[in-house]
Amino acid sequence: MNFQAIRVIFHQEMLRAWETLFQSLASPVISTCLYFIVFGSAIGSRIENIDGVPYGLFIVPGLTMLSLLTQSIANASFGIFFPKFTGTIYEIHSAPISHFEILIGYVGAAATKSLIIGIIILFTASFFVELNIAHPVWMVTFLILTCISFSLFGFIIGLWANDFEKLQVIPLLVITPLVFLGGSFYSVNMLPPFWQSVTLFNPVVYLISGFRWSFFEVSDVSVGVSLAMIVGFLVICIAIVGWMFRTGYRVKQ
Amino acid sequence: MQAIVSIKDLSKTYQSGFQALKHVNLDIADGEILALLGPNGAGKTTLISIISGIVTPSTGSVSVNGFDNISDYRKTRAMIGLVPQELTLGQFDTVWNTVSFSRGLFGRKKDNAYLEQLLKDLSLFDKKDAELRALSGGMKRRVLIAKALSHEPKILFLDEPTAGVDVELRKDMWNIVRRLRDSGVTIILTTHYIEEAEEIADRIGVINKGELLLVEDKKTLMHNLGKKQLIVELKQTASHLPPSLAGYDLELSNDGEQLTYTYDTMSDSTGITDMLQAIQSAGLLLKDMHIKQSSLEDIFVDLVKEVKP
Ligand SMILES: Nc1ncnc2c1ncn2[C@@H]1O[C@H](COP(=O)(O)OP(=O)(O)OP(=O)(O)O)[C@@H](O)[C@H]1O
Ligand SMILES: [Mg+2]
Repeated sequence: MNFQAIRVIFHQEMLRAWETLFQSLASPVISTCLYFIVFGSAIGSRIENIDGVPYGLFIVPGLTMLSLLTQSIANASFGIFFPKFTGTIYEIHSAPISHFEILIGYVGAAATKSLIIGIIILFTASFFVELNIAHPVWMVTFLILTCISFSLFGFIIGLWANDFEKLQVIPLLVITPLVFLGGSFYSVNMLPPFWQSVTLFNPVVYLISGFRWSFFEVSDVSVGVSLAMIVGFLVICIAIVGWMFRTGYRVKQ
Repeated sequence: MQAIVSIKDLSKTYQSGFQALKHVNLDIADGEILALLGPNGAGKTTLISIISGIVTPSTGSVSVNGFDNISDYRKTRAMIGLVPQELTLGQFDTVWNTVSFSRGLFGRKKDNAYLEQLLKDLSLFDKKDAELRALSGGMKRRVLIAKALSHEPKILFLDEPTAGVDVELRKDMWNIVRRLRDSGVTIILTTHYIEEAEEIADRIGVINKGELLLVEDKKTLMHNLGKKQLIVELKQTASHLPPSLAGYDLELSNDGEQLTYTYDTMSDSTGITDMLQAIQSAGLLLKDMHIKQSSLEDIFVDLVKEVKP
C-alpha cells in the first residue's frame, strides 16, 4: 500500500475545503436555518404532530440527509473531476498508486467532509428544536454509511463527467427530486396508497426512514430494510467504480 | 550498454483509430541523455506517456530496470519523474504544497530538507508560498520540474522542456540536466530543435509519424550521415563552369566567386585531389578554401524526406 499517496490526496482535499471554509460551511448551515424558520417554525407550528413527533423535530433527519447527500456528491465528484479538467490528473496516472488507493484518498476525504457538515447541521438544528436521539450508535452508523456511499456515487459521477454540465446534471435532475420526494418533509404514510407504492422505488426513502428511526423510533419502512438498502447501494457503487477502473472507462486513453 | 528502459515492439492506436506509434523498439542506456527529435505529431509525447503509465499501449511492452511497466507498475513508476509538455498545474495550491503532494504521491516520506534544497536549486525557494496561478510561465515550468524531481527519480522525462522558455532559463535548465546526469539520473527529452539535441544529448533518436527512424550516438550520427562541402573561393570570377569540370559534383555560385564541392566522408576516396587538379588545369586560380559540415538539421531534413512517399 502506498500510504503516503493516500495521505497527501486526503490532505490536499481537506485543505481545499479548509481554504474555502466559509463557503463549505456557510451554505449548508444557512440553508438548514432557512428550512427551520420556514418549515419548522412558520408552517410547522400549524401542522399536527407526525407519528407523535412535532413537525419541527420530524424534519431534522430529512434535512440532514438532504445536505449530506448533496455535499457528499458535490465534494467527491468535484474532487476527481477537477484534476481531469485541468489536466493535473497526469500526475496521478503516472504515480505508483493503485486505483483502490486513489479511491480511498478522494472518497475518504469527501466522506469525512460531509460527515463534519452533517454533525454541524445537527448541532445547528439543536438550537431550533430539542434533539433526543434514541439510538445514537445507529444514528452515527447511518450517517457514516450514507457519507461513504454517496461520496462513492459522487466519485463515479466525477469520473464519468467530461464537462461541467454533466457534473451537475445528475445531482440536479436526479438527487434533488429523489430527496424531496423521499419523505424529508413528510411521512410516506401521508400519501395516497398509489403514491406510497411508487415512493417505495425511491432509495432515498429507505435512507431517511432508517435515519429518522434512529432519532424517534418511528419509520416508514423497517430498519432492517433501510440498512440493507443502503449497504446494497454501497456495494453497487463499489462494483461500478471497480468496473470503471478495470476497463479504464473514461479514465485512461 | 546496460539498458534502464527497454521498449519492445511498441504500438499505440488511439480510440479515434489514429495510430500514433508503429512498432517502436528502443533501449535507453543507464545514465545517458537521450534526445527524441521529431516534428509535431510525431508521437514523442505518446511514447513518453506510455513509459510513464499515463497511456496504455496497444501492443508491445516496456520494461524499466528489468520490471514490466504494467505488471510491476509500482516499481517502475517510482523510478520515473515526468515533466509534461503542457503547463498543467493547479491554480490555488502553493508551490510548496504541490511539490510536497508530488513527493507523497510517489510514496516518499516527507523530507523538508530535500525539498528546500530542490526549490533552491531551481531558484524557486523565494516563491514557495506563492499560489501557482500567480507564477509566470517560466516559473511554472520550474515548478513542474521540481514536482518531477520531488521523489528523487532515477529516470527523468522532459517533454519539450524549452517550449516558451527564455535564454536564461534554458541555460539554467541545461545546467540542471547536466548536474542530474552527473548524479546518475537518466534523462530523456523531446524537442523540435536540432541545436538543442546537438547541444545536450549523448544520443539522438529521430521519430516521425510514429516511427523511430534511427537512434544513434550523436557523434556517429553526425559523422555517418554528414556530408561535407569544400568551398573554393576564386581569385577571378568565372562566368560558367568549365566543361572539363563537368564530371565533378561542383556548383558555381551565382556571383561566380565560389565553387562548392560536395562529397561523402564515408566513401573510400573523396576525389578532392583530382578535383583540385582539374580546377587548376581549367585555369582557375584559388583564393581560399574552407570546409562546411552539414548540421544535424540537414541530416534530419534528409531523413524525414526519405520516408515521405
Ligand atoms: N488522445 C488522443 N486521441 C487521439 N489522437 C491522439 C491523442 N493524443 C495524441 N494523438 C495523436 O497522436 C499523434 C502523436 O501525438 P503526440 O502528442 O505523441 O505527438 P508529439 O510528437 O508529442 O507532437 P508535438 O511535438 O506537437 O508535441 C498526433 O497526430 C496526435 O494528434
Ligand atoms: Mg508532444
